[in-house]
Amino acid sequence: MSGTLLRDRLTPAVRMGLSISIAVGAYGISFGALSVAAGLNVWQTMVLSALMFTGGSQFAFIAVIGGAGTGAAAWAAATLLGIRNGIYGMQLKALIRPPASLIPLMAQLTIDESTATAVAQNDHDERVRGFWTAGVGVYLLWNTFTLVGALAGDAIGDPKMWGLDGAAVAAFLGLLWPRLTSKDPIAIAIIAAIATVMAIPLVPPGIPVLIAAAVTAAVWGWRHYWRRSAS
Amino acid sequence: MTLGTWVILAALTAYIIKASGYLLPQAWLDRPSVTELASTLTVGLLASLTTLNTVADGQALVPDSRLLSLLAGGIALKLKAPYIVVVIVGALAAALGRQVGLA
Repeated sequence: MSGTLLRDRLTPAVRMGLSISIAVGAYGISFGALSVAAGLNVWQTMVLSALMFTGGSQFAFIAVIGGAGTGAAAWAAATLLGIRNGIYGMQLKALIRPPASLIPLMAQLTIDESTATAVAQNDHDERVRGFWTAGVGVYLLWNTFTLVGALAGDAIGDPKMWGLDGAAVAAFLGLLWPRLTSKDPIAIAIIAAIATVMAIPLVPPGIPVLIAAAVTAAVWGWRHYWRRSAS
Repeated sequence: MTLGTWVILAALTAYIIKASGYLLPQAWLDRPSVTELASTLTVGLLASLTTLNTVADGQALVPDSRLLSLLAGGIALKLKAPYIVVVIVGALAAALGRQVGLA
């Protein structure tokens, strides 16, 4: 009986959210260790994971501090990398239509993984379950592992050795895959991937996603306009 | 300002950016063209995140064992493996690649 209930609760979106939480959350250990090595104390490290809670920006912040940069430069780097979360918020609002009362909490959990898990689903309830499972799951694991990393320092080793970076690759591919059902989305995916590869060496981390989004929107806009003028 | 102040300020700024995306009016988001754009953007964002996780290391393009993860994950998906299996296969591929001396 309880087995059936559990299986009913573990919908595809929930399973995706849990898997991606584990693959990504464990990386908190790297962040915690690197942050303390960069000169932040354990409290400052935990404030970044608990309040800033957007991995790319957190790594950028401590990289600037570790490289003897100023607090203002660290703020600017972190802020630049966080801009994509604003785009994610628009996307999530368009797809989920959350009640206003939930938006303050949803905003805090709006990151790559929760957005990707939500938008990869096909119906409203699954999107909602995907968002919350990945958002809360990554939040809890990311903060727990940040603390472990900050306290243990380099003693634990690199999560790369367990292939966790490869797990993240497969996790994102698994979210994209069900969308590649016809020529149009496959073409869009290829264009976005090429735009990303070209942007990586040219702009700071975190910006290539924005460039890929802009290119995707431009391709869509061009096709949209062309179809309208053709009919 | 002290480092602690900058930590708090940067965290607050990150939250304000996250919340700002939700401020767009729902009526605007309900337009059919916006819904269509949102679903196209979904594919673009997921493809971009997959690519970033596969080849990016900071600002460098680094081809390494993660390419094996992409390939192995793709095969697992083609064989209709459950999502968690796809993720585990991705981890195993990268770990094995490093065992045999790939970066």
